[in-house]
Amino acid sequence: MNLATFIQHFLNSLTLGSLYALIAIGYTMVYGILRLINFAHSEIFMLGAYLVFWGITLFHLPWPLAMVASVIVVAAIGIMVDRIAYRPLRDAPRISALISAIGVSFFLQNVAIVFFQAIPRQVYRPAWLENPMLWGDVRVLPLTLFVPVLSLLLMLGLVYIVYHTKAGLGMRAISKDIETSYLMGVSVNKVIALTFGIGSALAAASGIMWALRYPQLQPIMGTIPGFKAFIAAVFGGIGSIQGAVIGGVALGFIEIMTVAFFPDLAGYRDAFAFVLLIGILLVKPTGLLGVKTEDKV
Amino acid sequence: MNRSITIPLNLLMVGCLGIFLWWAEGALDGYKIQILNLIAVNIILALSLNLIYGFTGMFSLGHAGFMAIGAYVCSILIMTPEQKTMLFILEEALPWVQNAHAPFLVAVIAGGLVAALFGLVIGAPLLRLGDDYLGIATLGFAEIVRVIANNIPRVTNGALGFKGIPDHANLWWNYGWCLLTLYCVIRILRSNTGNVFKAIRDDETAAKAMGVDVFRVKLLSFSIGAFFAGVGGALLASLLTTIDPKMFLFTLTFNVLMIVVTGGLGSITGSILAGTGITMVLEWLRFVENPLTIGDWTMPGIPGMRMVVFSLVLILVILFRREGIMGMREITWDVVFRFMKRGKA
Amino acid sequence: MKRLVVLSLVLAMVCGFAGMSLAADDTVRIGVFLPLTGQNAFGGQLELEGVQMAHKEMGEILGKKVELFVVDNKSDKVESANAVKRLIEKEKVQAIIGTYGSSLAMAGGEVSEKAGIPQVGTSCTNPLVTQGKKYIFRVCFIDPFQGAGAATYAYRDLGLKKAALLIDVANDYSVGLASFFKKSFTKMGGEIVATLNYQSGDQDFTAQMQEIMSKQPDVLFIPSYFAEGAIIMKQAKELGATFRIMGGDAMDNPEITAIGGDAVEGFMHTTFPYDPSMPDMNPVAKKFTAEWSKLNPDKDPNVNAALGYDSYMIIMDAIKRAGSAEPQAITDALAATKGFVGVTGTTTINETHDAEKPVGLVMIKGGKKTYVGSITPEL
Repeated sequence: MNLATFIQHFLNSLTLGSLYALIAIGYTMVYGILRLINFAHSEIFMLGAYLVFWGITLFHLPWPLAMVASVIVVAAIGIMVDRIAYRPLRDAPRISALISAIGVSFFLQNVAIVFFQAIPRQVYRPAWLENPMLWGDVRVLPLTLFVPVLSLLLMLGLVYIVYHTKAGLGMRAISKDIETSYLMGVSVNKVIALTFGIGSALAAASGIMWALRYPQLQPIMGTIPGFKAFIAAVFGGIGSIQGAVIGGVALGFIEIMTVAFFPDLAGYRDAFAFVLLIGILLVKPTGLLGVKTEDKV
Repeated sequence: MNRSITIPLNLLMVGCLGIFLWWAEGALDGYKIQILNLIAVNIILALSLNLIYGFTGMFSLGHAGFMAIGAYVCSILIMTPEQKTMLFILEEALPWVQNAHAPFLVAVIAGGLVAALFGLVIGAPLLRLGDDYLGIATLGFAEIVRVIANNIPRVTNGALGFKGIPDHANLWWNYGWCLLTLYCVIRILRSNTGNVFKAIRDDETAAKAMGVDVFRVKLLSFSIGAFFAGVGGALLASLLTTIDPKMFLFTLTFNVLMIVVTGGLGSITGSILAGTGITMVLEWLRFVENPLTIGDWTMPGIPGMRMVVFSLVLILVILFRREGIMGMREITWDVVFRFMKRGKA
Repeated sequence: MKRLVVLSLVLAMVCGFAGMSLAADDTVRIGVFLPLTGQNAFGGQLELEGVQMAHKEMGEILGKKVELFVVDNKSDKVESANAVKRLIEKEKVQAIIGTYGSSLAMAGGEVSEKAGIPQVGTSCTNPLVTQGKKYIFRVCFIDPFQGAGAATYAYRDLGLKKAALLIDVANDYSVGLASFFKKSFTKMGGEIVATLNYQSGDQDFTAQMQEIMSKQPDVLFIPSYFAEGAIIMKQAKELGATFRIMGGDAMDNPEITAIGGDAVEGFMHTTFPYDPSMPDMNPVAKKFTAEWSKLNPDKDPNVNAALGYDSYMIIMDAIKRAGSAEPQAITDALAATKGFVGVTGTTTINETHDAEKPVGLVMIKGGKKTYVGSITPEL
């Protein structure tokens, strides 16, 4: 493999990885606070991508405005999902909330099939994102850089919220101990709603960018990326935002580099990620950056 | 309640089931028989997952993997060598795949055993993991099984899968296995081992402190669960007469999990009720996709509506009965009698 | 009170089983099972529209009203078998149309075969579907034929000697078609320089594409569904691939130009001999196109809709010839179908119950699907 090819692979991995990372953050934020695998996240992702399409075709919004509108609407949907399907189950066994999450995921996906129809839709892509630049032998699409950079900005914004605002303090407190935070006067439900809002907004953003990178909309488009991003979150240590970022980026690299270096084994690509995941879990049972929790007697 | 009463009562129930099946076989049409068969298979799957998760507290999402193993082993064994020659059109089958042949009973047991063996092998390292992590790792196992099945066409015929698998799995086989599963699960849970299972579920650390070899017991429960998942997969293969790797996606595991949780984690009767209920509701709900005619006005059928309604029902059930239909309770003869008495009073 | 509720629930469950509905004698009942949701929904929905159009056009046969019963198989095998069981047992249909997707057709086909109800496949092209079956037919050709068609055209007509393959290992259609293409292509003297795999659901093909580009093939054959195919071609273009790309009938969808944009320019695929851009349409195809455009002014007809239409019409044709709508009579008449003129050309059902019709070839030119012509494969 020559250098140009390698750089090309590297950039592709980075783009894919940063998309996984953005989705993974949503999973990890909710999990960190509620210990809930929010299966509906992948449908939120799908809605984010679709709403841009509808914003442009139905309401003739300009592209940037359609994106912002989609992110806002999707954040609201995320909060609603929490309010309706998860909040009543806060003190129920965790598995009940999980089944509720699976139910919401089925629901949103099939509503999308009913209303958006199964036919794949095209994605509007501004021209400045797709005119390739040539760096020697390396062809770079502005898009390949746009996605990681925007992802990075969003992540920095998130870190600011979590570590430098009062709401972020509340989130961190709740993830440590929900009952004590409640007693200490944190408005738990508001903070959780905010968490869902932010997580869903990030999912929408990643859905939009995913659709820019892999330009096509389908009601089932969220399932596989969501599933993989969740694996990435576990890989990095679920509950930890840094872990989700590392896990996501790592997964992007694993997926592309295994095919790049072992093209004959490309059909086994998905298995590689899982073998690696299981390997990591066996060495570090809570993922790369996960905090080890001791059993209390 | 006295065993001398419950045993005849249980036998009576089995007898009634037998008469019902005999009647069903003659009187019901194939569509309803198919649903009855699916109910039996779903109950087997739900019971096996309930044993692992509901009774031993191990969050396992590997069911689709075990089912796939059971289904493939059984199908390879019950198809004739001539059938396999016809089937492997792209790449020839390996000699041992080509020549293996066994009667149905042996094939189903073999399917279960191989699944149990895999349960043992992957359980040994994985069962050390804590709840959600175990779930993800076993989910990973199931996906690995599927990916491998796609990539070894000389054993599994790759994505083409098998078709024309002999349809031995009739009502009698399915309900026979269903009863056997039920019997085994109940016997295990009534025994000392069963108590240890529940002890581990309720408090693993305490069980360890009491001197229980937690790891060995967990592995036992996991392998038994895997065995019956394999059996369920084998029966499903013969019932559908066609399988391919795509059937064993992680969504299949979710379906089983859904049954177990809606029925009630740690409730055998719950699994049976939910297994029956969900299978029937899913079929029954097809009507919402049919065109609806009211007077002159016809509403065209909307594809996807069925799953929308189904998922709403699922969410509502879980919101209003968060512990599932049965919680951890069981319907035993005691309960039935008390219920009848209260009714009279 | 509680006891009453429980008892009535139990009763309701029991009653659910005790059947309803009996077939009336004055109608012909045709079942349709297609993937209307799930992975293959985009194909299934189009085929359903074709069937419904045909039904609207010919709603009566032998003086009896034809009734359609549509069930969704959710792109899932278990559902597929259930759907056909339901059609046969509950709706008492006399013939069945379906389905898009070979594995779905096989799951349903086992049921129809056992019940002795004829089933006409729309676009299930795997040879296994009709293999050894008495009651299963299809209006489409099979993959070995199509694969050979694509290989013949690439090697003989275009003079391309080095081919690469990108295969979805989790998709029976993709694996089968690729293998038949490979067989014909190498037999004619061509060389396969790269074979790369992926799994259904993957959306990033950049790594595979890089590898393929490094082997410098003349043509890349992608036997995928059109949605994935469009993404593959987008990525090929972004990475600067210059080789020609070809595909199979599953790429045939009016949306492909919308989704693929300029990345699909010059792309060629084999298909059934029908396309709205066809210059020398037969009268049936002309009528179909006109009718479709009237019903769907904003949507081009495509081959899936045409196959849905044809499968309905071929059953009607069989019923007419048999003079009876009994399943066995329909089956016998279907098996004897010769020179049936449908939208997708003149069809003869051969002894393996597959449709014999030429392989059509479509090219995307100037952002439009253009029918290039038909080819006779070198087998």
